[in-house]
Amino acid sequence: MSREEKKTLKDMYDSQMKQFFEFVESMKKSLGVPMFPDMKSGKALYFDQREITLRFIISVENIKEFFNGLAEGKLLGTKCKDCNQLYFPPQKDCPRCRTSNMEWIELSKEGELLTFTQINVKPYSFSHYDDYIVGIVRLPEGINVTAWIRENDPKKLKPGMKMRLEIVKREPENYYTYEWVPVA
Amino acid sequence: MKRNVAVVGVGHSKYGVRNDVSLPELAWESINMALEDAGLEQKDIEYVVVSNVGGWSSEPLSAVVINEYAGICPTGTVRVEAACASGSAAVKLAYDMVASGHVDIAMAVGVEKMNESPTPTVVEFIGRAGNYFWEFQNFGLTFPGYYALYMTAYMYKYGATEEDFCKVAVKNHYYGARNPKAQFQKEVTVEQCMSSRYIAWPIKLFDSSPITDGSAAVILASEEVAKQLTDSPVWIRAIGYASDTSNLSKRDTFTSLRAGVLAGEQAYKKAGIDKDKAVETIDVAEVHDCFTIAEVMAYEDLGFAKRGEGIEMIRNEETYIGGKIPVNLSGGLKAKGHPIAATGEGMIAELTNQLLSRVEKDRQAPIKNGYALAHNIGGTGHYAYVTILSLSKS
Ligand SMILES: [Zn+2]
Repeated sequence: MSREEKKTLKDMYDSQMKQFFEFVESMKKSLGVPMFPDMKSGKALYFDQREITLRFIISVENIKEFFNGLAEGKLLGTKCKDCNQLYFPPQKDCPRCRTSNMEWIELSKEGELLTFTQINVKPYSFSHYDDYIVGIVRLPEGINVTAWIRENDPKKLKPGMKMRLEIVKREPENYYTYEWVPVA
Repeated sequence: MKRNVAVVGVGHSKYGVRNDVSLPELAWESINMALEDAGLEQKDIEYVVVSNVGGWSSEPLSAVVINEYAGICPTGTVRVEAACASGSAAVKLAYDMVASGHVDIAMAVGVEKMNESPTPTVVEFIGRAGNYFWEFQNFGLTFPGYYALYMTAYMYKYGATEEDFCKVAVKNHYYGARNPKAQFQKEVTVEQCMSSRYIAWPIKLFDSSPITDGSAAVILASEEVAKQLTDSPVWIRAIGYASDTSNLSKRDTFTSLRAGVLAGEQAYKKAGIDKDKAVETIDVAEVHDCFTIAEVMAYEDLGFAKRGEGIEMIRNEETYIGGKIPVNLSGGLKAKGHPIAATGEGMIAELTNQLLSRVEKDRQAPIKNGYALAHNIGGTGHYAYVTILSLSKS
């Protein structure tokens, strides 16, 4: 099957919701109220007539270098100039020193796999992707980076394996993020 | 001076898909049961702590909705959140209100109606329970996914197999089948578990607790009041608590939950129990088995087994009645169900009934020393509460 024809989990979720919505609308039409019987128990349920969409707007003013770095092919963290502590995810402030005397540093693009999983039942907002593998990799500088791993079969992976980091475009959203690639 | 605090009444709803009741109706089932058990009326309750994570359910100010419905108004109240450990956090706050002398009688009530939203929405909400911006936004981890990171690490480090973990599901379903309050009252086999589909490799559907509606309530009283109310108070001897990083990438180990270790050690110390003798001291434990790996880590984190030997405990059936220490005789989160913020109160209600020897015969632990332990984890070891109950007050 080509990628275009392949049904994703999202298609399944969406068609289930569409069927459900049509059923509830038909019940509403006949009863005059959005009440319908639960398919399994027959108990009366009420279909909420108000809908909310959640999509957040988050400040990255103090870590914008991180995102600019991704666009330039770099993975950046911050380092406290007072105590040399490294921060990834990058932080504006050093809670150890209670100062904000930070510098940006480029992180290694290699490391050792600590652990991993493959997400088979995906959240709705990830349901348009094929099953993806998420891993945590330890960099030589002693910090860990969570990201997807470019591999489809979790049985081909093992803790301790060498991994290489690539800055990649995430599709179909079309934005820069980072990904681990097993080193053959 | 800190005062002694006793559990004087407990209530526990049937867990499951509860499309037969609304959120306040579900909370009322447990509140009414707890009032009945304590021989109290609503006006006697001086403070109510409500645990409800919500998001997937329709009432954001659930505390006031529940209290109005239950006729507990204008009593002081608050809603608390500590993810899946919210219920134990609620018990902790109610305990503090009584121990500090602010009130003589306080109630903790937990409720969750997860089935008010479709499953993909619930998966989305729980998946965001960690660090949303750095670990969910780009990588779409799910709740089973977070624990799968621990299961993978444990399997490779100690040579445990998927079959081994399935034995936790088998045990908890065995007891769930004997608990009329449980969501799943059916035994399962290792084979059934092994043939269930992967939800977050290597975690399968049968390694996982379900999406649950449910409620539980616990009424606490000062020593003076408890003595007037009951001949059989169950004392809260210690509560230990700790937390861990929101980003899993900031953890050093993936075979143990540090917050669970710290909360346990704190609770043992406060109760005067030697961690190395925990197994001989505690008659029965409820541990946080949201996934089978979580129960195995709990054995080790609580000192029931040495590092890497938790898996042996389940292989050798040492956590059944008659074994070294019976664990999750309610069916656990796995079979009894996991109504996120009600799970903590549910554990305290279950253990109170265990200590008073009033649960169903075939899942009643023999009570010898009169100690019980509740281990309640929030998120993926993000929060931890360990509560020790006892039939004796000191
Ligand atoms: Zn510093």
